[in-house]
Amino acid sequence: MDISKKQTAILEKFAPYIERFDTKSRVWIGLLLAVIAVGLYALILQIVEGHIVTGMRDNVVWGLYIVNFIFFIGISYGGAILAGILHLFKVPWRRPIMRIAVLTAFISALIGPIFIILCIGRFDRLHFLLIHARLQSPIFWDVVAISTYLAGAVLFMYLLMIKDFAIYRDSEVLDLPPWRKKLYTALALNYQGTESQIKQLAISKNLIALIMIPMVVVVSSVLSWIFGMTLRPGWHSTIFGPYFVLAAIYSGAGSIVILMWIFRKAYQLENYLTDKHFAYMGYILLALGAGYGYFTFSEYLTSWFGSERWDEEVIDKLFSPSEYGWWFLISNVFAIVIPIVVVAFKKLRTPNLVTLAALLMVFGMWIKRYLIVVPTLETPLLPIQDTRPEYIHYSATWVEWALTFAGFATFILFFIIMAKLVTIVTVSDYAEEKK
Amino acid sequence: MSELQNNNRRDFLKKGAWGVTLAAWGQLVFSCSSGEEGEAAAEATDTVKLLTPDGELVEVDSKHLKHIHKVKKISQQQARAGIPGKKFVMAIDLARCNNARKCITACQAMHHLPSEKEWVTVKLMKDSKDGAPYWFPKTCFHCDNPPCVKVCPVNATYKRQDGLVLIDSERCIGCKFCMTACPYSTRTFNWGEKEEVPEDFATHPDNPETSVPSRPGTVEKCDFCPDMVRMGKLPDCVTACPNGVFYFGDQNEDVVTNGSETVRFSQLIKDRSGYRYMEDLGTEPRVWYLPPRDRIFPVERGYESLPEEIKERYKDVGLDG
Repeated sequence: MDISKKQTAILEKFAPYIERFDTKSRVWIGLLLAVIAVGLYALILQIVEGHIVTGMRDNVVWGLYIVNFIFFIGISYGGAILAGILHLFKVPWRRPIMRIAVLTAFISALIGPIFIILCIGRFDRLHFLLIHARLQSPIFWDVVAISTYLAGAVLFMYLLMIKDFAIYRDSEVLDLPPWRKKLYTALALNYQGTESQIKQLAISKNLIALIMIPMVVVVSSVLSWIFGMTLRPGWHSTIFGPYFVLAAIYSGAGSIVILMWIFRKAYQLENYLTDKHFAYMGYILLALGAGYGYFTFSEYLTSWFGSERWDEEVIDKLFSPSEYGWWFLISNVFAIVIPIVVVAFKKLRTPNLVTLAALLMVFGMWIKRYLIVVPTLETPLLPIQDTRPEYIHYSATWVEWALTFAGFATFILFFIIMAKLVTIVTVSDYAEEKK
Repeated sequence: MSELQNNNRRDFLKKGAWGVTLAAWGQLVFSCSSGEEGEAAAEATDTVKLLTPDGELVEVDSKHLKHIHKVKKISQQQARAGIPGKKFVMAIDLARCNNARKCITACQAMHHLPSEKEWVTVKLMKDSKDGAPYWFPKTCFHCDNPPCVKVCPVNATYKRQDGLVLIDSERCIGCKFCMTACPYSTRTFNWGEKEEVPEDFATHPDNPETSVPSRPGTVEKCDFCPDMVRMGKLPDCVTACPNGVFYFGDQNEDVVTNGSETVRFSQLIKDRSGYRYMEDLGTEPRVWYLPPRDRIFPVERGYESLPEEIKERYKDVGLDG
């Protein structure tokens, strides 16, 4: 396969990151493995002792695990739909971002469902979901949605990588051990850049990108319906579907910005991920942030104004400083106000500040997921009465926190590993320029 | 046909009478076994008079009494289908409840629950600021349109033709979706607490009708004691109640009994303006409430004698001030 000069230059630039693990990444991997080990210890404890070691109890039956599930799966959906849109509309500045977007989609789609398994009391019976499946249950819909989506995300990522695998296979710049060459040879599926291969691959990529966009809308809505279908105040809302879709894309875009900044710093990619790219991603954040703000406003305005008794009880908890008031405020300032303000003013629209805004926003979105799950569960229709005092409020235990951090550590670890396996910039996308 | 119905009714009344006898027995056993628990065990030197099968009256130390729980062996299919021809219904008389909490302890003994786990709870309700407080015993409502059954992904919780909503703890994966779906906070989860099930417990362990033994990591709840009902006996909360709060019976036969009094269900609902809690949710509960009119106890009676830790549970309603 022909490799242009420009591509060779990119490969030379990336060779040190691809060829071997340097000391810095070894240290990182060691640290991350330590965090994951603590998480595994917590998991073993949870398996041996039962869910009694978590902070979940009879009223708040879902806690941090579900929060992390929504968070990671949301980021994944966001990465996938953004990659799909950028690819399908041939957005000119997409090239250095695509790989980060599809990797985000793939890796967080692996981590999200792990948290569901942690939340389930009997994960030894997980296969019952298939052999005793009930079509009526929104959880079954979600099983179908997530597995379909995962297959789509893997295919999407892979199709966007085939050309690169062929380049890694044929490049003489990269000094790779034989097993890596063999791996790339297998993964490249004998792609040689013949005319029919180019055409077929282009059609396949367009098709999967086209499929991913509506698919994300559907699967993200299905996720929201786990909450929306119940008769609970704060959940039983008709706008939950679109609200979740938008929140997913938003937090996905934010995560991509953070990862762009990290890789730009770590790999000195200033020539690829330019200030312009951060500004453009900033515009996307602004538009999504405004949409998210609109949904948040209309959701809480209607239930506050209508002030039905049950709705009001949840709203009271979210608005009063002694309960969740501060967190609610922080989540809205971080996820709505700050990104819009930072991107709106040209002076503030620098890579560092846009990234900081994205970081705060992603954190705010995590808090928001917590505020969706926990306060509603603390507000059942019947008064919480004649029950043990520790059942009234939820407070996560170290086991849940350890597994939460282990989840984030796994996310970073997988990213480090994937960034060794493939270049973080899609090499093959830079071919056209040479023509 | 009508003869058959008559027979059924007679049969039921006979069973009701049995229930009364059993109520007396049940109470005896339960009051003793509850005395046994905790620190009270040391001072439980009460003796109880019992009639042996030979017709002899003997006095036994209550410490030696043990709850014996016999069940009929039935198949999974039977446990899933329900008792043919029945439509179980309950009416709870709010005018009679004084929070004696015997239903709770009887239920715990019946299902071998640890003392801090309650399937039946008694709430102190006050519907509005100026409204009158009243005691509100709450079982599972066994809804005809059950939100919990709708959401179960593995068919572990199901609705039977006799109206009961049960859980197969061998099937439950513990996703807890049913717990979030139930608007009445009826369901409890086995977070990992150990329960003591006697070895001679003559039951088939995977029978959802007994709900015993409970499995860690699965959901459980009030089951209307279908194992007792299948043998023509009343659920234990009904027989244990000293005030006859719970009326249980078959809606097809239109008869309910609280152990001492057997009445027509439709007449009871009509005369006492029976209602279903949160009717507007559309869940169609099988449990009816009779409004607390002409109460036989002042509401404070159920509060004053409670131990401090239980009192603490009702502090928000503010009976003290």
